[in-house]
Amino acid sequence: MTNQSITQKLANPTRFMGLSGQLLPWLAGASAAIIGYAMYLAFFVAPPDYQQGHTVKIMFIHVPSAWLAMMAYVLIAISSFGLLVFRHPLADVSAKAAAPIGAAFTLLALITGSLWGKPMWGTYWVWDARLTSVLLLFFLYLGLMALRSSIEDEALAAKLTAVLALVGVVLLPIIKFSVDWWNTLHQPSTGLTTTVHASIRIPLLVSALGFSLLFFTLHLKAMRNEILRRRVKALRMAEVDRAQGSHASAAAAE
Amino acid sequence: MSGFWVLVRRDLQLAVREGGAIGTALGFYLIVVALMPLGLGPDLNLLSRIAAGVLWIALLLAALLSLPRIFEADYEDGALEVMATADLPLELVAAAKSLAHWISTGIPLALMAPALGILLNLDIGSAPALIGTMVAGTPAISFLGAIGAALTLKARRGGLLLALLVLPLYVPTLIFGITAINAVALGSDGFWQSFAMLVALSMGATVLGPVAAAAAVRLQLQ
Amino acid sequence: MKLVADTLVLARGGRTVVDRLSFAVDAGRALVLSGANGAGKTTLIRALAGFLLPVEGQIVLEGGSADRTPAEQCHYVGHLNGMKSSLTVEENLLFWADFLRAPGAGSGVEPPERVGAALTRFDLEPLSDIPAGYLSAGQKRRLGLARLLVAERPVWLLDEPTVSLDTRSAGLVAALVNAHTAAGGIVVAATHLDLGLERADELRLGPRVVAA
Repeated sequence: MTNQSITQKLANPTRFMGLSGQLLPWLAGASAAIIGYAMYLAFFVAPPDYQQGHTVKIMFIHVPSAWLAMMAYVLIAISSFGLLVFRHPLADVSAKAAAPIGAAFTLLALITGSLWGKPMWGTYWVWDARLTSVLLLFFLYLGLMALRSSIEDEALAAKLTAVLALVGVVLLPIIKFSVDWWNTLHQPSTGLTTTVHASIRIPLLVSALGFSLLFFTLHLKAMRNEILRRRVKALRMAEVDRAQGSHASAAAAE
Repeated sequence: MSGFWVLVRRDLQLAVREGGAIGTALGFYLIVVALMPLGLGPDLNLLSRIAAGVLWIALLLAALLSLPRIFEADYEDGALEVMATADLPLELVAAAKSLAHWISTGIPLALMAPALGILLNLDIGSAPALIGTMVAGTPAISFLGAIGAALTLKARRGGLLLALLVLPLYVPTLIFGITAINAVALGSDGFWQSFAMLVALSMGATVLGPVAAAAAVRLQLQ
Repeated sequence: MKLVADTLVLARGGRTVVDRLSFAVDAGRALVLSGANGAGKTTLIRALAGFLLPVEGQIVLEGGSADRTPAEQCHYVGHLNGMKSSLTVEENLLFWADFLRAPGAGSGVEPPERVGAALTRFDLEPLSDIPAGYLSAGQKRRLGLARLLVAERPVWLLDEPTVSLDTRSAGLVAALVNAHTAAGGIVVAATHLDLGLERADELRLGPRVVAA
């Protein structure tokens, strides 16, 4: 046991449950505190934008959401690689748990983006390059979740979803590139890309940190739920096997 | 003749024998394009402006309908299992089947596009560019589509799921395909740039598609 | 040549189906897998054919070709026949003969001749121009088995080869297997029936012992 690396120790689901159980309250507390502080900075410290007024405050949720939308996909891709190549026992738990959370942050980025756009563009949706890319990312999340839910054999579903996630991670930069290219052809930049002023940079970073911690809190909790669900499933299967075994031995005794 | 070409030939032979599939895809292509003026009104200026986009999107949908054909039948009748024991790596099996799909579906659809362009008041002079870009771009549709076809072999609601999985992957092909045709039809520059991107996408897809599709098939033969 | 399975552990759907199984089949021998439904016969054959990766243990073909996996030296005949209903009987076999031919193996008999011989052997000659979709279940099964003869492979993996065959055809399968082992080939067959195979050993796959 002593000469195992940390990842090997964490690979053991029982050990993971113990460690994550201890870590979770701290992580949750820290994310709540930091998000609270970021909101305080956003609403009481950061100045309103001379152009956008108070709507600029949406950015403190929009930007971290968009960042997490991408990070969650990268996390899914790394986990998928871990599942297919190293057959790491926690890799699929991680990938499966991250998908709905990533999708939720992607949706949040889309909603806050369109709310932010309303006063600027006069309409809730314009085909801005960034929003379009995030929308396509949202479709990839939907695909991952839909594929997993439509295959009955869970182990197979996990591996096929991992293949899709890796295909997605190869194609995402190309999709992003093509959307940017398409956008510059049809319209000039829409202003969502304005450079960030120093006075709001700090609150923005604090907010991003807080939301990242929130993501990891949710992800850890979802992983724990998934492990518990798998344990219940294993217990039920063992029950079925035992019943079958006693049935077979009773039949043999007759 | 190596196993690769033997398989391509057989899949083409099957596509011809079971000709209904190609006919259905072409018919579908025609009706989707024909519905556009009915929905948007017969304004010829508007139609010629959106013709390239309509032709490409309808082509994507028509090709999408035929994607399950790549693996489904061979999976259901056990031929795919036997192929997995052959000397030819499963990656090349997937590549051969994608290539046959492209020849039997992508090329007929591309060749039909100029005729449908007439319905949308597309400048007849852009027909060669239309066919050229579609022939250059459709390999990406077949080879990336093979991934979706392989992933959904055992899935419930496979057809709908397939659309959800592969349509986002087709976005770059769609964008570069449409801008290339528009460059010719509307007289703006940048045709070769878009065309080169289309070719690059198709070439990339011929590598990524078979590798991922073979991995998916292998997992489902277990 | 020798087909060796070493402490094989196979699982399906999270359940261990075959637990630490070891066996070896020498050249010229047949191994008959028997046991109740669900005992793991099909799982074992699919693992030998390379579809299912063992959880533990390994499968080796000692004395086989070095640059081909054991699976690539096997003929696999499973529950499905792998024949296209819109191709004729002969076209189906010709495809498999061409497709399964090892690259660079120019050894003597050309695919068309092999297909002719296989058709004769399985009484399929009168049907050779008929699309396979018209065939009865028994005829389709014979067509599926005829694949064994159109390409040369040392190991035959047969999963319930006699399903939907009449006694005469079942006898034909037995004769074929005997001829293959007599020529130094290896056969692993899962079957319920006693086929009367020569040079055959039996491996009984039992129901898994479950600790109560």
